[in-house]
Amino acid sequence: MTGMIETPRQADATTVGLEAPAPPAPRDPRKIKWARRRRAFAGFWRVFRQSRMGMVGLVMLGVFILVALMAPLFVGQADLGVSDPPGAPFQPPSLEFPLGTDDFGRSVLDLVIWGSRISLLVGFAATVMTMVVGAAVGISSAYYGGRTDSVLNAFTNWFLVIPWIPLAIVLASILGQSLFNTILVIGLTSWAGTARLVRADTLSVKQRPYVERARALGASNWHLVTRHILPNVMPVIFANTVLTVALSILAETTLALLGLGDPLSISWGIIIFDAFDAGALSAGLWWWLIPPGVCICLVTLAFTMCGYAIDEVLNPRIRER
Amino acid sequence: MRSRRYILRHVLHAVATLFFVLTFNFVLFRAVGDPVKLLTRSSVHLDPQEQAALREEFGIDDPLPVQFVNYLGDTLRGEFGYSFISGRPVTTSISEKVWPTILLVGTALILSTVFGVLIGIKGAWRRGSTFDTTSLLGSLTLYSMPEGWLGMILLITFAGTLGWFPAGGYESTDELTGFAHVLDVAKHLFLPCLTLTLGYIGEYAIIMRSSLLEVMGEDFVQTARAKGVRDKEVRRRHAVPNALLPTFTLAFYSIGFILGGAVIIEEVFSWPGLGQLTYAAIEANDYPVIQAVFLLSSAAVILFNLIADISYGYLDPRVRE
Repeated sequence: MTGMIETPRQADATTVGLEAPAPPAPRDPRKIKWARRRRAFAGFWRVFRQSRMGMVGLVMLGVFILVALMAPLFVGQADLGVSDPPGAPFQPPSLEFPLGTDDFGRSVLDLVIWGSRISLLVGFAATVMTMVVGAAVGISSAYYGGRTDSVLNAFTNWFLVIPWIPLAIVLASILGQSLFNTILVIGLTSWAGTARLVRADTLSVKQRPYVERARALGASNWHLVTRHILPNVMPVIFANTVLTVALSILAETTLALLGLGDPLSISWGIIIFDAFDAGALSAGLWWWLIPPGVCICLVTLAFTMCGYAIDEVLNPRIRER
Repeated sequence: MRSRRYILRHVLHAVATLFFVLTFNFVLFRAVGDPVKLLTRSSVHLDPQEQAALREEFGIDDPLPVQFVNYLGDTLRGEFGYSFISGRPVTTSISEKVWPTILLVGTALILSTVFGVLIGIKGAWRRGSTFDTTSLLGSLTLYSMPEGWLGMILLITFAGTLGWFPAGGYESTDELTGFAHVLDVAKHLFLPCLTLTLGYIGEYAIIMRSSLLEVMGEDFVQTARAKGVRDKEVRRRHAVPNALLPTFTLAFYSIGFILGGAVIIEEVFSWPGLGQLTYAAIEANDYPVIQAVFLLSSAAVILFNLIADISYGYLDPRVRE
């Protein structure tokens, strides 16, 4: 596997070195790099496409992302305000309001469409944070080894043990409620799993001959980590990312339902919390409760299904079974 | 000799983790957040003199190391201070609420593990069958559902519309005794317990399925088949016992998640447990209660992990190496 990836790179490097003075064939290293990336992606796509689960997930995801991007075309900001709502409060579904209205008289359909933006935003942003912190801790732990490793590894293991929800409650209640804090809390509480995966992978990548070769040529730590280690642990980080987005969206919902979300931004979790808070359970306002929950469930499912399919592509051991 | 060292190592690790949680909690609430400022953020109003008196009482003006030692002593003695809201000792509130939570979480943990394991075994053994694909999809869907929302939907359907179960609480009256009392509590327990069980059954089914699939590829299963052992016997005596181990360990590890999930579900079903106490504490920024719940649930999780590690080492001598 490694050999297959590495040989062309080394061959390319020598070719570039030799052909550099020849003007007619400008073999730009960047172009070579992109060609190789395209090839790798095409190979990835070929296997991914065969997974029905992955394709269904991908299509579902595409629909949600499209809706989120185009939300401003369907929903006017004015319709989401509470001062001059478009309808009467607590209306059951009708032709005008296909999913009824909430306690202010806003259309639940509008809220749910707009909610896709916030929920996906939090999901992606929290995932980026989780990945950056997890990769930084995991790589530096494995790369530097020794005492740094013991300290960082112990830290990671502690964070893995601390129960997620109580920790999130503590952090969120101290930080206060805002969209950014929600993202921060999710990122701060979920990096440990990624760090452990990245650490394990870095430990093996670090031993490979080309890293040693680069070090012998005098490469700095920064160069080694960004040019050799990081690109090679990227598949692990990437496979982990897709599942983390799903978990982050669920985490946002949990925080919102605990009353720790940002009351001013309309996410799916906040819609459910508002409905619960306004007594939708005792009044039986099902149209207000069901749609946001179904959306969360579908998006999470879509990410999980894609994640499974990616895992099958990157982990041939599973595929064979 | 080796096993004693194995146990000792894990006990030491658990103690270190507990110490980390205590330190983390101290740093968050004392060094970063000033408890008196936090107190004013909850709905309590204090004039400067009262604030000064409280600073004295909390010992905030002592040097941090002194505060830390005092805090460790108090916590180990089980003194978590007084609730900002009710003014009662936090320990008293918690000891009143702990049993309903143990009943709810314990029942749900047992039910979801048992049924999840059974579903996982059945799916893996006939991989690709209709049962397998349906149960896998069902498990993934349940896993993707925010469990608090699932609880709301079950409540609206079975307690609201159909009226089969009480809408919440622990018991109808406290006058019932004996069997009638048990039956009454069971009726109240049913829906919250069903929600928690459904919320975690999918995870266990998926874990059991992949764990059994892995064992089914092992040589000793092949050998058993080659010897002519009947299919049922291979499953019962060779495959399942080996696949159960990781699943039960994970069940122990996930106790923290179930405890956390119970917070929202207890609030939805007005179940008078720790979750409801936590929910009320979040609403009112009642930090002493939040801190105590955080510490207790972390301690519970650390204890369960220790039990899982030690019993794993006892059941599977290979890990002790």
